[in-house]
Amino acid sequence: MNSSYAVPAVALVVVATVLVGAFGLRISRTTSDFYVASRTVGPRLNAAAISGEYLSAASFLGIAGLVLVQGPDMLWYPVGYTAGYLVLLLFVAAPLRRSGAYTLPDFAEARLGSPGVRRLAGAFVVGVGWLYLLPQLQGAGLTLTVLTGAPDSLGGLIVALVVVATVAAGGMRSITFVQAFQYWLKLTALLVPALFLAVAWQGDGAPSHAFQEPATFREQRVVRVDDSLDLKLAAPLTVTVTGTVDGRAHDGRRLELPAGTHHIAEGTRLSFAKGTAVPTADPGTNGGMSTSLATGRQERPLYATYGLILATFLGTMGLPHVVVRFYTSPHGVAARRTTVAVLGLIGAFYLLPPLYGALGRLYTPELVLTGDADAAVLLLPDRMIGGVGGDLLGALVAGGAFAAFLSTASGLTMAVAGVLTQDVLPSRGVRHFRLGTVLAMAVPLAASVLVGGLPVADAVGLAFAVSASSFCPLLVLGIWWRRLTPPGAAAGMLTGGGSAFVAVAATMADVPGTGPAHALLAWPALWSVPLGFLTMVLVSLATPGRVPAGTEAILARFHLPEELRAEVKA
Amino acid sequence: MSGFLAGLCVAVLPLLAAGFWLGRRTARPDSLGDLGTPVEHATFQTLHTASLAAPPLRAGLTEETARKSARRLRTLLGTDALCLTDRERVLVWDGVGAHHRGEIMERLSGVLETGRGEAFRLRCETPDCPVRWAVVAPFTVDDRAHGALVACAPRESAVLVRAAGEVARWVSVQLELADLDQSRTRLIEAEIKALRAQISPHFIFNSLAVIASFVRTDPERARELLLEFADFTRYSFRRHGDFTTLADELHAIDHYLALVRARFGDRLSVTLQIAPEVLPVTLPFLCLQPLVENAVKHGLEGKAATAGGKCHISITAQDAGAEALVVIEDDGVGMDPVLLRRILAGEVSPSGGIGLSNVDDRLRQVYGDDYGLVIETAVGAGMKVTARLPKYQPGVHPAGRITQEFSGEYSGD
Repeated sequence: MNSSYAVPAVALVVVATVLVGAFGLRISRTTSDFYVASRTVGPRLNAAAISGEYLSAASFLGIAGLVLVQGPDMLWYPVGYTAGYLVLLLFVAAPLRRSGAYTLPDFAEARLGSPGVRRLAGAFVVGVGWLYLLPQLQGAGLTLTVLTGAPDSLGGLIVALVVVATVAAGGMRSITFVQAFQYWLKLTALLVPALFLAVAWQGDGAPSHAFQEPATFREQRVVRVDDSLDLKLAAPLTVTVTGTVDGRAHDGRRLELPAGTHHIAEGTRLSFAKGTAVPTADPGTNGGMSTSLATGRQERPLYATYGLILATFLGTMGLPHVVVRFYTSPHGVAARRTTVAVLGLIGAFYLLPPLYGALGRLYTPELVLTGDADAAVLLLPDRMIGGVGGDLLGALVAGGAFAAFLSTASGLTMAVAGVLTQDVLPSRGVRHFRLGTVLAMAVPLAASVLVGGLPVADAVGLAFAVSASSFCPLLVLGIWWRRLTPPGAAAGMLTGGGSAFVAVAATMADVPGTGPAHALLAWPALWSVPLGFLTMVLVSLATPGRVPAGTEAILARFHLPEELRAEVKA
Repeated sequence: MSGFLAGLCVAVLPLLAAGFWLGRRTARPDSLGDLGTPVEHATFQTLHTASLAAPPLRAGLTEETARKSARRLRTLLGTDALCLTDRERVLVWDGVGAHHRGEIMERLSGVLETGRGEAFRLRCETPDCPVRWAVVAPFTVDDRAHGALVACAPRESAVLVRAAGEVARWVSVQLELADLDQSRTRLIEAEIKALRAQISPHFIFNSLAVIASFVRTDPERARELLLEFADFTRYSFRRHGDFTTLADELHAIDHYLALVRARFGDRLSVTLQIAPEVLPVTLPFLCLQPLVENAVKHGLEGKAATAGGKCHISITAQDAGAEALVVIEDDGVGMDPVLLRRILAGEVSPSGGIGLSNVDDRLRQVYGDDYGLVIETAVGAGMKVTARLPKYQPGVHPAGRITQEFSGEYSGD
């Protein structure tokens, strides 16, 4: 892929983000008119900001990659990512805003008045934030590698540096405008190329067998294998090989590979003829987290799907960077309107990635083989349109992808750094936002260097599972159940969130094995969420004496609309 | 392999954190005992137990605090059963023989009346009841018994009587401190009521005079100003809640500035730079308006109207993570920092109004000492006042009362 357009595009996105962040406020808000200056953020602007912050690398690259590899089953991802806001709208948005809490630990303290639960919630915010940051950095690395052939970790390093620099320097002052700008940028970056791709697809005779098995090469295609892998062939395959297959070196020789498993060494070039079925790589060998999740899904597709649905539906409300944006709404009703607008904006966006996935299955099927499926969105414009036009569109997509990394990463970094600064560092005698920022980014950056290729959407799914098992019970019971007690909340978060966290760790550590236990670990939400709820309810019922004083007044404040409350008080 | 490493890190981190936490929890300085003689060790143990029992009692004698401290007190006395009562009922019974509750309360009335401790034999039908004797020691605060400590033992013991008396006296001291805390809270409440922002009488006179001057020449303008005046006074005289949102406070400042502009005309210019993200922030009611009033006063002071002396004030509110940063700046005469420090310390009363020091006091009371005003000034160099407002603080919400936070209980209207 030609990088002469893409690199400037990425640089432009970075510079534009920094500039809008630093000067957006100055340009738009310096005035002597109070009416203009004190206008609150409207639901639509705030919704665009929330969407901008929410649509991460997982949405921009990951979904297309998953659809490409695993087919239409993966549409549950965009559905889940969107429907999470429906649950948020119905159960949480307005009361959360009325609680006056800025972060999730604030909410825990406002509702339960317990510093212990506050600290625990803070720990989970940091955990979920780090889990969520990891795939952002890896996605950035992947994007830069595809665009320029730079080393894997460079992209993540760039994103980390830009985010830490801007956040620590206080450059994200007008964050609402930055994030809203990022949303529209991301939408444009997917929509415009998608239109051109659709036209190209029409011009190509509108092939429509995208999801017929197996995928086939539509033209002669040379595939370079970067990591050695095992090919599973159901039928004999004819291929031209330069490199090593099954331990024997070949040099541009035509080979007839019989059915069975073949080992392809790294650096080998395979040239497939037109019309050849795309072989699939044995997931057991290409390393990383993808394997265990994928095998879990293959073994128990129904269980995995429900696990995914539960995690994404209930996990959204516990995402630290989403929660803080609701504070910007002036009151509970505005928070609800904002959530409805978010549903619209995100729903519109999520129509696009599956399109890229389907086209990718037609035009870049070799990605299934090399395990870089997340790169489909980036490669398609070049592959289908080509020439300068393809390069320009590719640059636009690349810019959009970087916007996705930057916006989500900066939102998460601010949320994590805020918790570190407020709740962790002061006990160590430091109260320094900059130190918190560096710490918030350093851990996932180190982890992203350690971990190899992992499908970003899957990794984000794990963060959702932890969030759904810890914060969803806290928020839902905290808002709707008056008998919740601090020990109950702490126990529920520890059991639910903790077990989900252990499962995630086991999955990431690639604990060997298959079978039901393995699937249980790879998709923890289906058991860890009920476990969290149940523990919270049972322990709360067992400690009735610890219901915080003033719970009635607090819940009334959560649920009464603000205007009504003012009348009652006055 | 690298996936394994990363997973290992993920798994090890929480374990490390848990271990650290456990270590912190369990690493009581008990081990110091190894360094001293057994006597020193015992002394240390006793003092340590006593110090652990103290904090709950500092909150007064309630069921909850009694429950928290009873076990520690029983360790201190080394008895089989220990009971804490207030004047009417048993608050907690720690240890064996809880069926004596009723009997104890019967015998207690006399003790609470005289304020003198006593020991008596318990009547008991249970043949193998482990407690036969009870020692009662009242808690006296200001010569009045507030409750009693009852220690039960299998047999009469003079040592126990003395020990119970000492422990009860120690608890009494804690309760006295609790009383002290309460009166301090009441003092703070009274202080807050006194501090409650008031608009200065000068402002009212000046505004009415300005409006009067427009009544004949420009009745429409006069009417508008009168409405501004009404809005501003309604805001500042309102009585529900001690907190307001930044948006409402800025509206009040707008009304205020409209009246001031009517008086000074072109001499006063104001720019605003408000980040919309911080408009919902809750803050103590009328705590920015005095700062603006101060800026107007300092800005125009010493600039003769005839010389066309102009003043520029800028008000900015920025979003800074979990805080909002409000900066109010004027280009006026400034102030000697030494004098300012003395004004803020309450050593010198300022020339007019209570402005800065009042706001500073209230911010510190609501948010803690870290959140006082930061003022940068020098003679002739203008003044820049910075207030940091946390986006969330327990007990701070638009309908809340400042007192709520200090008394720890809900005090509705």
